[in-house]
Amino acid sequence: MEINLIEPFWLAVIGTSLLAFLLKILGYSVPKKWLSNPRALKINSLIPIALLSALVAVQSFTQDSRIVADQRMAGVGVAVLALILRAPFPVVVIAAAATSAALFHIG
Amino acid sequence: MALPHRGYLGQNAPVSRVNRATAAQSFSVSLTVGAYGIAFGAASVAAGFSVLQSCLLSLLTFTGASQFAVVGVLGAGGSALSGIATATLLGVRNTLYGLRMAPVLNVRGIKKIFAAQLTIDESTGVALSQENLGVREARQGFWLTGIGVYIFWNLFTLAGALGAQAMGNPAAWGLDAAVPAAFLGLLWPRLTNKSERLLAVAACALALAMTPYFVPGFPIIATAVLAVIFGLRAKIWK
Repeated sequence: MEINLIEPFWLAVIGTSLLAFLLKILGYSVPKKWLSNPRALKINSLIPIALLSALVAVQSFTQDSRIVADQRMAGVGVAVLALILRAPFPVVVIAAAATSAALFHIG
Repeated sequence: MALPHRGYLGQNAPVSRVNRATAAQSFSVSLTVGAYGIAFGAASVAAGFSVLQSCLLSLLTFTGASQFAVVGVLGAGGSALSGIATATLLGVRNTLYGLRMAPVLNVRGIKKIFAAQLTIDESTGVALSQENLGVREARQGFWLTGIGVYIFWNLFTLAGALGAQAMGNPAAWGLDAAVPAAFLGLLWPRLTNKSERLLAVAACALALAMTPYFVPGFPIIATAVLAVIFGLRAKIWK
């Protein structure tokens, strides 16, 4: 089997995996004081919130660099409702999928 | 007579025994979190990754949020570099977990490599929750949870990827909404106060506002700047 590294999907798989491992091993390899600045720790804890929020927005409301409102919006709305009601993760995802799929077939 | 105190490294404890409560917690966390893998496998194939590539991401990257991010960015038409950058930013916290776990696990050589690969939210979380029972339990919690999540996460990734491949059009099955819902499920427990919720709303707004004007993927990474701004303004409790 031929693996073309320049192909973006392969590049993403290998690049992400390599850097993820480097970040993990780094924690076991550097003196603790290097990474204990409280300000840096705070920023680090906020980065997932910003990136995950952006991913939710982009995946829910955009299509080919345009802002759109389609069946996904309803699905994600139902997911928000499920999360407010403290539903477990599989329920959240399945409720979102079912809503979106239903609207896809109606529309 | 007082009971012999369990030593710092658990030398006084029976060596072969695995703490039942630790094992039970590790198993339940492993199975629950591993099941997320089905959503990842499906999302990955829906984004255009092959089943093999999806499985390799789970085997090699093995850190959920980063994996979801890279398939999310490429699925939205972003470049490999945008995807790698977003995933890598999300992986920085594993470095901090490693720093925390290093003195607990005290590993060298090949064991250090395995420990590093298994260092994720869940293994660290369970280990730290067992620390009050002793270092031995903390170590057991780390290894049992890390290995457990690894096994289930990879099995469920394969199942999700094969399932999505059999489905055809992802939108017909609602997979296009399941992916952002999965992100939302990862995000939700992190929103514990007003300023974090404000950051989430600001990041959504910025990413959407930038989307028409920038290459796909870039608006997502750009929101890291908001995290820096919010972090610089935040009060620090020591």
